Amino acid sequence: MELNAGDTAWVLASAALVLLMTPGLAFFYGGMVRVKSVLNMLMMSFITIGIVSVLWVLFGFSVAFGNTGNGFWGGLSDIGLGEAINRLAVNGGEYPIPMLAFAMFQLMFAVITPALISGAIAERARFLGWAVFVAVWVTIVYFPVAHWVFDFGGIDPLGQGPGWLAKLGVLDFAGGTAVHINAGAAGLALAIVLGRRIGWRRDPMRPHNLPLVMIGAALLWFGWFGFNAGSALGATQLAAVAFTNTMVATSAAVLGWLAVERVRDGRPTSLGAASGAVAGLVAITPACAFLAPWAAVLLGLVAGAVCALAVGLKFRFGFDDSLDVVAVHLVGGIVGCLYLGFFATTRVNEAGSDGLFYGGGLSLLGKQATGAFSVFAYSFLIALALGTAIKAVPGLGFRVSEEDEVTGIDLAEHAESGYDFLGSSGSSQHSSAAPGARVPDHEEVSA
Amino acid sequence: MKLVTAVVKPFRIEEVRAALETFGVHGMTVTEASGYGRQKGHTEVYRGAEYTVDLVPKARIEVLVDDIDADDVVEVVVKSAQTGRIGDGKVWVTPVETVVRVRTGERGTDAL
Repeated sequence: MELNAGDTAWVLASAALVLLMTPGLAFFYGGMVRVKSVLNMLMMSFITIGIVSVLWVLFGFSVAFGNTGNGFWGGLSDIGLGEAINRLAVNGGEYPIPMLAFAMFQLMFAVITPALISGAIAERARFLGWAVFVAVWVTIVYFPVAHWVFDFGGIDPLGQGPGWLAKLGVLDFAGGTAVHINAGAAGLALAIVLGRRIGWRRDPMRPHNLPLVMIGAALLWFGWFGFNAGSALGATQLAAVAFTNTMVATSAAVLGWLAVERVRDGRPTSLGAASGAVAGLVAITPACAFLAPWAAVLLGLVAGAVCALAVGLKFRFGFDDSLDVVAVHLVGGIVGCLYLGFFATTRVNEAGSDGLFYGGGLSLLGKQATGAFSVFAYSFLIALALGTAIKAVPGLGFRVSEEDEVTGIDLAEHAESGYDFLGSSGSSQHSSAAPGARVPDHEEVSA
Repeated sequence: MKLVTAVVKPFRIEEVRAALETFGVHGMTVTEASGYGRQKGHTEVYRGAEYTVDLVPKARIEVLVDDIDADDVVEVVVKSAQTGRIGDGKVWVTPVETVVRVRTGERGTDAL
């Protein structure tokens, strides 16, 4: 097979689009926390880019997509990515794109998944504890689960070492299970392990910057075209289907969420519009290449409304999932995953299956439920154990002190403040980079 | 000399400023403030969670005036800030011992 320039260009561009989602997520989350926590919220996503990218080269890609393992992991044949140079991508058949383009595209998924979790433990997690969690969680949860769902084996479809969920026939085009249910389950576990923020339900914890939330949602929406349409791994008809469904489902979900707000709270809010968009993007992710566009619209409406109602659950059950990772990613992921059991059709994608309404019976729905539940249970239990362990390690810990939490995590963990509107906080400068060096004043700089 | 301090609704600030200007007051200090009186706060809803926000945004105006002008300035502020609805704010007068203009060192009423 010859390398195809168009396909390669689209997958490389898609990888960059998906990378942009993680800073977008950081803004989306960052605007929702209080002023004293905005930098820490942004940093939780940024450190994830650093950690996961390095681990991906070392062994992550191999564990997820290597071909010497079994149904549960990919083995260690591709560690270091050196073997991937000058080869074509293989995933249940050969694709006319470089293996490295595929590896980088998949890396961006591995990056954003742990970043999604950070919203559940906003404003109170020790930065080092978080970094350790990210490194261990992607290693023992994300990389294997990506193998379960996304690895279709070697050149022969489903021949060499495909993931067990892929082999079972679970449909998940771009990561409803591996990304969203996975992150949502871990978020729920960590919210329980870390406990509620001081003053939760007593003090107002309003978003400090809603325009930043909207910018974040916009970047997520834009980047998500790479996430979903890029998952076709080529500039193909299927990519256009995924693109279309991503657009229309997301739009419908904005309407669904706002409709619930209008009825329940009296007013449609900007936070609701941004949240509805993300809920729609989450729900369409597994389904985007298996649905007719009208069915994607219906899915968006359902996901927007269901997620808008699900945000109340944390108050009922008393866990402080601060930025609603559970209600948006876990619930939205489950909605999209199970929806395929009803509306998936081989008329859109021959590689898929027919759901209940297309004469496929209940078989697909059963597989979808198996996929959703397996990923949920595995991720939840490991995150619960891992979080508890990190919390217990002396000198590490997972939660900042009471004083640091009240004063603000930005100062305590990063020695920075997000905003200085007045520029008159009475600061003086010392350089630790060049001890004793004189810092030039303004006149010298402008001269 | 007196210090006239007024806490009023932020959207009235331009009317108050213009009225004081017309009256002959040439300087003032305006700051953003927050607080509440009988009006109390308001509610905001984020993702379905209702927050009672106790402190309402207000504008705080401070004007230094000669003793004989104090009552008139209070009158001007009240008239220009009034909407007749709850939450219009308060105005109060406090005695000031001395005032110095930083640029020239003038003291007392010369510095106003």
